[in-house]
Amino acid sequence: MTFLGSFVVRRLLLGVAQTVAVVLLVFALTEALPGDAAVALAGDQPDPARIAAIREAMHLDQPAGERLLTWAGGLLHGDLGTSLVSGRPVATYLSEGFGPTLLLAALTLALLIPAGFGLGVLMARHEGGLLDRLASSVTLGVYAVPEFALGVLLVTVFALRLDWLPPTAVGYGTDLLAHPAVLVLPVLVLLARPVCSLSRLVRAGMVEALASPYVAQARRYGVPEARVRYLHALPNALAPAVQQLARTVDWLLCGVIVVEALFVVPGLGTVLLNAVSERDVPVVQGLAVVFGVLTVVLNLGADLVAHRFAPRAEVAA
Amino acid sequence: MRDSWGRRGFLAAGAASLGALALTGCGGDDGGKSAGSGGGSPKRGGRLRAAFAGGGASENLDPHLANLFGDAARAKAQYDKLADYGADLSAQPRLAAKWEPNKTLDRWQVTLREAEFHDGRPVTAQDVLYSYRRIADPAKAFRAKASLEPIDLTASRATGARTIEFVLKRPTAEFPNVLAAFGAYIVPDKAADFDKRPVGSGPFRFVSFAPGRSAVFRRNDAYWEGAPHLDELEFVVANEESARVNALLGGQIEYAHELNPTTARAHEGHGQIEIVRLRGSAMQAFAMKTDRPPFDDPRVRQAFFLIADRQELVNGALSGAGVVGNDLFGKGYEYYAADLPQRAQDLAKARALLKAAGASDLKVTLDTSEVAAGFTEAAGIFRDQAKQAGVTVEVRVGSKDSYWSDILDSGVLACYRSGAMPIEAHISQRLLTDSTTNATHWRHKDFDAQYQQAQSTADPAQRAAVYARMQRRLYTEGGFLVWGFADWIIGTGRQVKGVDTKAPANTLGWARFDKVWLA
Repeated sequence: MTFLGSFVVRRLLLGVAQTVAVVLLVFALTEALPGDAAVALAGDQPDPARIAAIREAMHLDQPAGERLLTWAGGLLHGDLGTSLVSGRPVATYLSEGFGPTLLLAALTLALLIPAGFGLGVLMARHEGGLLDRLASSVTLGVYAVPEFALGVLLVTVFALRLDWLPPTAVGYGTDLLAHPAVLVLPVLVLLARPVCSLSRLVRAGMVEALASPYVAQARRYGVPEARVRYLHALPNALAPAVQQLARTVDWLLCGVIVVEALFVVPGLGTVLLNAVSERDVPVVQGLAVVFGVLTVVLNLGADLVAHRFAPRAEVAA
Repeated sequence: MRDSWGRRGFLAAGAASLGALALTGCGGDDGGKSAGSGGGSPKRGGRLRAAFAGGGASENLDPHLANLFGDAARAKAQYDKLADYGADLSAQPRLAAKWEPNKTLDRWQVTLREAEFHDGRPVTAQDVLYSYRRIADPAKAFRAKASLEPIDLTASRATGARTIEFVLKRPTAEFPNVLAAFGAYIVPDKAADFDKRPVGSGPFRFVSFAPGRSAVFRRNDAYWEGAPHLDELEFVVANEESARVNALLGGQIEYAHELNPTTARAHEGHGQIEIVRLRGSAMQAFAMKTDRPPFDDPRVRQAFFLIADRQELVNGALSGAGVVGNDLFGKGYEYYAADLPQRAQDLAKARALLKAAGASDLKVTLDTSEVAAGFTEAAGIFRDQAKQAGVTVEVRVGSKDSYWSDILDSGVLACYRSGAMPIEAHISQRLLTDSTTNATHWRHKDFDAQYQQAQSTADPAQRAAVYARMQRRLYTEGGFLVWGFADWIIGTGRQVKGVDTKAPANTLGWARFDKVWLA
């Protein structure tokens, strides 16, 4: 247990360092972008005097290092700073955007795990058969379709042609659970690609495990086939799949941005897109912290799970 | 026609009530020409949901911060300006019932109509002065600040509860344009916090607001121009065009602002939704820097005027949703020099001009960016057209976020566009020596003098003659190659009636929901 404890502490420290690095990188990159918030806000009225006034009002005339220090100082007190554009606290941006994004991600994951593992196991059971080949080609095909195209396609068919589901979540705000129908298409789009990658991974792991000497040995001892499959073979396929799952969650965030734009869901992705286009650095930084922490925690969890199922895999990681 | 019925006639006659009546009549006419033909008589009730591309979570209800179309539409529902632009971009009285200049055009008496804010207080001269002083605050950067610059706000004063004397820094015949400036809304005296229960004098009262998601307003029954037909109005934000179209097609919204020409073509005449094209909304141009080679030679500029195949540009870059331009801003607006011959492609003459200027193997860099629809397409098309005249155009795609500021002083040739504004405002903001956004670096003392002359000419006909001379000069040797005017495309549900189809974006009739009803 002490070994596991030090492993967790080590990973947590690494995670904190990673988050700090992400934030510094975001700050540096935003500084390197052409123009600043004042220029972006001035838009097609680039009156130099007006830009200077906006810059002053936003304290952008202070040196970058000073702004970073102010911000980092606030962060230590749990203060994420205020938006350059609206002057509202960054924390309200995050708390308001978090709900819809979390809801989408949670629903997607809740469906992804049974669907991905189920499909993977099913394919492995019928390895080489018609079902395996059919599922393989379909998953490969769906995986190749970008979220945006898939979203447009699904909306056209299921919302506009068949009129089964609402085309967007416009006007529902953050209260999406009260209108579950609006969640169907976004979750489908988010689900489409991870299900493909996950099921293919589970299939590969299972196929490999089922062909391994220890499974052959178990079979020779007369262990029932279902027991062999789920207790001996599946855990071996699980370790890479769980790590893939954690990576999928990061990747989901990218998918979420597309899906939120397409279905007008006011979540973190939308907040991020707007903040970037407005050069609203404090908001971008706040989001970077949140995403960074989230990624670190998820990967830590995944490593722990993988560690539990296949202890040897961790040594290599 | 509109010119003689508009503000000029009204001022010359000095008969406020008659003028106001005529104008109200005009407004009613526009309402009748609704998107849905045979809209019938207005019906009361219902909630209209309108989707705009917006500012997301940093949206603000402060009308003076309005920067995007969505902000402007929201501000318009809730607040009034002293004047606003008619379909020809002439100033129409709104909260100001009338305005009268002194002989030298540097003092204007403005009389407010009887109107009240949503909390019952009357709109007074004090509110107007407070609003304008807030906009002009040197420590702030409100968008309308530059427009209000001609007013000396320390010398201006209230002469009565509803009368104001504006003292100007110089004669300004087009002073009513200042009153109609983008973002010059009137807020109650001392109002500073607009996110919580903002109070305006506009046709709709505030109900609720969630930044980046929705803003709900209810009919103001006491509106001075008559209560709106709608019970409620909701603004929603949908940045993706496909989301706006889908929401409209799916009946989730009734009004979608800013659609693509291809979307419009796909749905026009199919009966599912109505497509409204607001003509003359966006000038499309190439801006040539007239102070540096090769464009400091007027012959090169003239050659470029002749290189452009305007129809091809409109077809290719605007997907046909627009009309060709004639190297002048403001087609169809008040004072537009419509009598100048339409310029067409003439490659032989262009080659001859370039040869005469010693620029036969000319190479220029054309700056463009994804910042506006059709920009990169226009650049590509023009590059091919220029090749036929022996000019090598190298297209450089710049950053979207800093484009406007980048092209202001650097480069030689850039894609340019502008929304609707009076021709006078276009000149004063972009073509005078001290203009703050002079992208063509057009700086001529005699041209400045002509502008000042126009501003000190009280007689509208004489002033029109001065504007005609200025435009003739720009047409011959100016820096803007204006190749087209894009339509602004709006989609509405079939039940939506009373949408003004004549008003360019940013004018009074545009996004004017108090005249709209649901059939």
